[in-house]
Amino acid sequence: MTPLLSVQGVTKRYGAHIGCADVSFDLYPGEVMGIVGESGSGKSTLLNCMAGHLRPDAGSVVFDTRGHGPRDTVTMSEPERRMLSRTDWAFVHQHARDGLRMGVSAGGNVGERLMAVGARHYGDIRDKAVDWLERVEIDAGRVDDRPTTFSGGMQQRLQIARNLVTGPRLVFMDEPTGGLDVSVQARLLDLLRGLVRDMGLSAIIVTHDLAVVRLLADRLMVMKDGHVVEQGLTDQVLDDPQHAYTQLLVSSVLQV
Amino acid sequence: MIDLSNVSKTFTLHNQGSAVIEVLGDVSLSVAPGECVALTGASGAGKSTLMRMIYGNYRAQSGAIRVGGVDLVQSEPREIIQIRREVLGYVSQFLRVVPRVPTLDVVAEPLRAVGVGSDEARKRAKELLAQLNIPERLWSLSPTTFSGGEQQRVNIARGFAHPYPAMLLDEPTASLDAANREVVLSLIEAAKARGAAIIGIFHDEAARARVCDREIDVSRFTPARAA
Repeated sequence: MTPLLSVQGVTKRYGAHIGCADVSFDLYPGEVMGIVGESGSGKSTLLNCMAGHLRPDAGSVVFDTRGHGPRDTVTMSEPERRMLSRTDWAFVHQHARDGLRMGVSAGGNVGERLMAVGARHYGDIRDKAVDWLERVEIDAGRVDDRPTTFSGGMQQRLQIARNLVTGPRLVFMDEPTGGLDVSVQARLLDLLRGLVRDMGLSAIIVTHDLAVVRLLADRLMVMKDGHVVEQGLTDQVLDDPQHAYTQLLVSSVLQV
Repeated sequence: MIDLSNVSKTFTLHNQGSAVIEVLGDVSLSVAPGECVALTGASGAGKSTLMRMIYGNYRAQSGAIRVGGVDLVQSEPREIIQIRREVLGYVSQFLRVVPRVPTLDVVAEPLRAVGVGSDEARKRAKELLAQLNIPERLWSLSPTTFSGGEQQRVNIARGFAHPYPAMLLDEPTASLDAANREVVLSLIEAAKARGAAIIGIFHDEAARARVCDREIDVSRFTPARAA
């Protein structure tokens, strides 16, 4: 089987400071990988290098494109990369405001993504937008309301609808449940898990919340100071951590 | 079906003076289809550790753990996940679920994961929940608020939903009343009859005597403690 995403030796420096160093892994179709580590460990830098938001200083990020097979997204042209980010990738930001257009209605936020990949029929776009609002448990009656009138949890669900409406194959998520109440988090996790399974999505989730990765991720990568210190099956890494840092991380979680 | 050869396990506690704890050494055992083997030994002997290693939850330091011919020690996460989905079931002592998911879906999920249709999976889930005496009015609720015994029965229903060719059972009859204990024992007997290879931990001696074909004392794998 060809990996959907093959990351080799990705390194990003900010001057003398290391963002992430020599990260390599393969992600297969349908796999969900979590990346954990404390603030400044390089997990968001790595995510942005993979999603084409940052250009790595070294290494390759090879994505198995629908038309032309595996292609290095680091060296491809900007328009090609932008097209992939519309058709095949989705990016869920920690702050829904960064992923939504706050001045446009909820329906418009979802419909805009469809139009970006060529949809033109207004009725179809609106139907699909309403369908997606319902899938993320937003009342269809709110379709014409702006996201500024939504709660934080609703905004995050709207961002997910906007991202998934075009049927991407790979979803990047940066702290998708950060800043939400635990009850809202639970609902979002349940929703994400269902969507990932039903749509057969591959996903990479950056978070500092170990409970989130235990529920969502098949496998886990632990980062510290820009380096990957341990990776493996999620429950194995959490229940039988091998590296000193992972042991510290796991044992530092407060029991409820 | 389940084959272990020369498996060893140590825990290294890096943050506690790098203490190295040798838990198991040179474990070799094999369980055939239709056979149920009990792991015995005093508390702390390593029964649960061994079971978790067979499930790929704990990493082995050396040796091979083969389930259905695949060596889990050498496997990639996605290969272990596939084995767990299709071949190897595990009934742990504790139920761990996503909040908000109804009991019926919790039990049906292993079947959905192997591609069984929603209706058929739910039908099987209903049968198991009824068999294990979980009142029907609870099926649409999340099991997170259930009593300990109810959660354990939901866990067992979930574990027996898909006919796994190999199963690991960690104290499946603990904290159950006589009627439910009987149901669980008959589920185990039915699994054996269809050819499942089973490894179990049973503190309930009568249960062990009834369903297990032989016993393996895990203490014989415990390395001699250095003074």
